[in-house]
Amino acid sequence: MAAELHVELVAADRQVWSGEATLVVARTTSGDIGVMPGHQPLLGVLESGPVTIRTSTPEGAGTVVVAVHGGFISFADNKLSLLAEIAELADEIDAQRAERALERAKSDSDAAAERRADVRLRAVAVR
Amino acid sequence: MGAQLRVYKRRIKSVTATKKITKAMEMIAASRIVKAQRQVAASTPYATELTRAVTAVATGSNTKHPLTTEAESPVRAAVLLITSDRGLAGGYSANAIKAAEQLTARLKAEGKEVDSYIVGRKGVSYYGFRERKVTESWTGFTDSPTYADAKKVAGPLIAAVQQDTAEGGVDELHIVFTEFISMLTQTPVQNRLLPLSLETATAEENGAKTEILPLFDFEPSAEDVLDALLPRYVESRIYNALLQAAASKHAATRRAMKSATDNAGELIKSLSRLANAARQAEITQEISEIVGGASALADATAGSDK
Repeated sequence: MAAELHVELVAADRQVWSGEATLVVARTTSGDIGVMPGHQPLLGVLESGPVTIRTSTPEGAGTVVVAVHGGFISFADNKLSLLAEIAELADEIDAQRAERALERAKSDSDAAAERRADVRLRAVAVR
Repeated sequence: MGAQLRVYKRRIKSVTATKKITKAMEMIAASRIVKAQRQVAASTPYATELTRAVTAVATGSNTKHPLTTEAESPVRAAVLLITSDRGLAGGYSANAIKAAEQLTARLKAEGKEVDSYIVGRKGVSYYGFRERKVTESWTGFTDSPTYADAKKVAGPLIAAVQQDTAEGGVDELHIVFTEFISMLTQTPVQNRLLPLSLETATAEENGAKTEILPLFDFEPSAEDVLDALLPRYVESRIYNALLQAAASKHAATRRAMKSATDNAGELIKSLSRLANAARQAEITQEISEIVGGASALADATAGSDK
């Protein structure tokens, strides 16, 4: 079995996901970064966007995609923490609602809402 | 029914109605405490991880950041006071305000100007009544604060800290809120949030922090990470304070309403004793009147028979 790292994904008001993973891909302000077990201790600032977590369960490999709205990634002692003010699992996101929100944000020219909806849609697309 | 008895009956009725209300408020507050406590627990992982990250950057790099470095001669301090919007919570708001007053007096004695930031209508009206200057205030969310509320509060505070002192910025940021220790104990506490003293941040992690933090790789750089991290840290601390204050407020309300219900029960008991005494007195009087009347009548007929 491949080596694993422990992932804790926490939003400001709840713990979103936690479990074992073999690879985590996230986008920091200076580019995409992939973290595998045994990575050097790392602390980075995340861009809003989808984060992909490759999990390995006895039944086989799976993928968890999360829409992260700003936040941090920190890795030390084979433990990876993803901190985000808002984080949503891609499975929880209602694509149609996000699309409607995007339309509405565009017509209201609400940049923040538009970005939020865009992040959600991108996470759904990765899934 | 005699006048006295009627007055007692009326008072018993009104006290019973009040008792019903306070009983309901007590139960509502009790259910809200549990909810608020759960929220505090849910926000803890984020706060813990964030504190860990801040400690890692601050100890793992020699970065000097305005939010972590102590000013040489601090001239202005911001005090954030968290009270509630609504009363009926015993001494809850008064105690928090008293703690803030003490802190303000201490800071002034140290020769610092104090900017007041207030959350909750009770605090705002206290300062408004005394015509004290309030730099900024927020109301309307003290019962169940969200993270967005905490962000709203933190925004101007962080901006004030980052501003130059000469242009009206502040050197220190203090927060006064009521800490939820248990269902029965809530105490107002004063914390210095900024500049960050790493000893306190470390001590809070009670032992979990004894591990030696590894050398981190910073992405993009230690300064940038700290820039992004510290405002989030302040937000999360304020969020935690708001949640604890909300839980404390509900606990204080529950206790105040419980004693109000108990007092109403006592009052009803003593009033019904008085009402019973009044009724008995009335009956006794009626009997003696009838007996007196009957014997007077008997005396009169006995006399006419002769």
